[in-house]
Amino acid sequence: MARDMSDIDILKMELQQLQKEVKNEREPVSKTAKELVDWVEANSAEDILLKGVPEDKNPFKEKGGCIIT
Amino acid sequence: KDDVIAAASAARARRSGRVGLATASRSTSDPHPAEMATHELHPNDTLTTLKMESENLKAKLEEERAKLHDVELHQVAEKIEALGQFVMKTRRTLKGHGNKVLCMDWCKDKRRIVSSSQDGKVIVWDAFTTNKEHAVTMPCTWVMACAYAPSGCAVACGGLDNKCSVYPLSLDKNENLAAKKKSVAMHTNYLSACSFTNSDMQILTSSGDGTCALWDVESGQLLQSFHGHGADVLCLDLAPSETGNTFVSGGCDKKANVWDMRSGQCIQSFETHESDINSVRYYPSGDAFASGSDDATCRLYDLRADREVAIYSKESIIFGASSVDFSLSGRLLFGGYNDYTINVWDVLKGNRVSILFGHENRVSTLRVSPDGTAFCSGSWDHTLRIWA
Repeated sequence: MARDMSDIDILKMELQQLQKEVKNEREPVSKTAKELVDWVEANSAEDILLKGVPEDKNPFKEKGGCIIT
Repeated sequence: KDDVIAAASAARARRSGRVGLATASRSTSDPHPAEMATHELHPNDTLTTLKMESENLKAKLEEERAKLHDVELHQVAEKIEALGQFVMKTRRTLKGHGNKVLCMDWCKDKRRIVSSSQDGKVIVWDAFTTNKEHAVTMPCTWVMACAYAPSGCAVACGGLDNKCSVYPLSLDKNENLAAKKKSVAMHTNYLSACSFTNSDMQILTSSGDGTCALWDVESGQLLQSFHGHGADVLCLDLAPSETGNTFVSGGCDKKANVWDMRSGQCIQSFETHESDINSVRYYPSGDAFASGSDDATCRLYDLRADREVAIYSKESIIFGASSVDFSLSGRLLFGGYNDYTINVWDVLKGNRVSILFGHENRVSTLRVSPDGTAFCSGSWDHTLRIWA
């Protein structure tokens, strides 16, 4: 950790990191949010916790019975 | 007045923005200090000058981020159907720990679970039958971290012993697992989280010593260390394998950092939480991640827009969120809280869709199963619950 560094060294490191981060490429939220939404929609059908499943299909829903592994 | 503001923000920057440098003895892969000094050194550079520059850069960073904040996520999500009523119940209760459950992880086979507890025990369960398949007693109490190996043949765990150890799981129930224990990671403070990478061969750890580290399991060698948090690192999550070699970590410095695993560099950093970040989890697509914090909120950070895009909170929720995970499609975010409840959030629209009761003490850990059919929560009430 930074315990053995002087305050000036720590700040220089911080500056270097910030200088890098300022230059990061960014995309507008309107574009990226839409892609997040699209991804969810594309994968919603397989999301069992979202859609639910008939009692006999989900292994956790019913205890007992025989499970052959 | 300006001096007071500058001094206050400088003090804040110092508390929360300290970037650490690995000491030479720690790792051979860390860059030499001389190579890192690309910042133009003026003979008259003083602490104050540097602090001012740091504040200016932070303001510039926020400015750049704000330029692209042209819409809210929930606005883009307006056109989607709202979610209906959810019926999620406890389907199994796993009893056996003698004290607080601190961590759990699923096996890739979607039915086995490993859990660790303050009682020093690490237990492997069959979640279908609730049978305990293996149990190991650690030499320390507060086993805060545990993880299942991708092969299903081993588990990793650690905590107050400052280490991460790997135990191969034997088919022979009578075999003493502790005998085959392999010490892999060594930190200088408690182990807060651990995760295997894509294989059984490497483990990523986070620690109260403020660092994260990548280790070779076979040799115990440190492959890469990650410095940047200004305080204890509490959690980490690896990006889904398709999206490349990054991981996110969260800590007591209120920051969530995204790291390049190969170079050890911090790529992006987010500091919008108002308290410790207890849990971070990637969105299934890898383009975002969620966090849970002691400030009683969960938040969503979009990695390509480089900003926070949603806050999941309610006035009535005043206790910290300890653990978060997404459903398979990323539409739902499950959050385990210190008020004993689990809140289920609509990730896109931002509202809470369900609140689950059942645990009799803090929920400390929560993971959705690998195929998304159920999720498991662990609690200070000594039990784990499977919900579906």
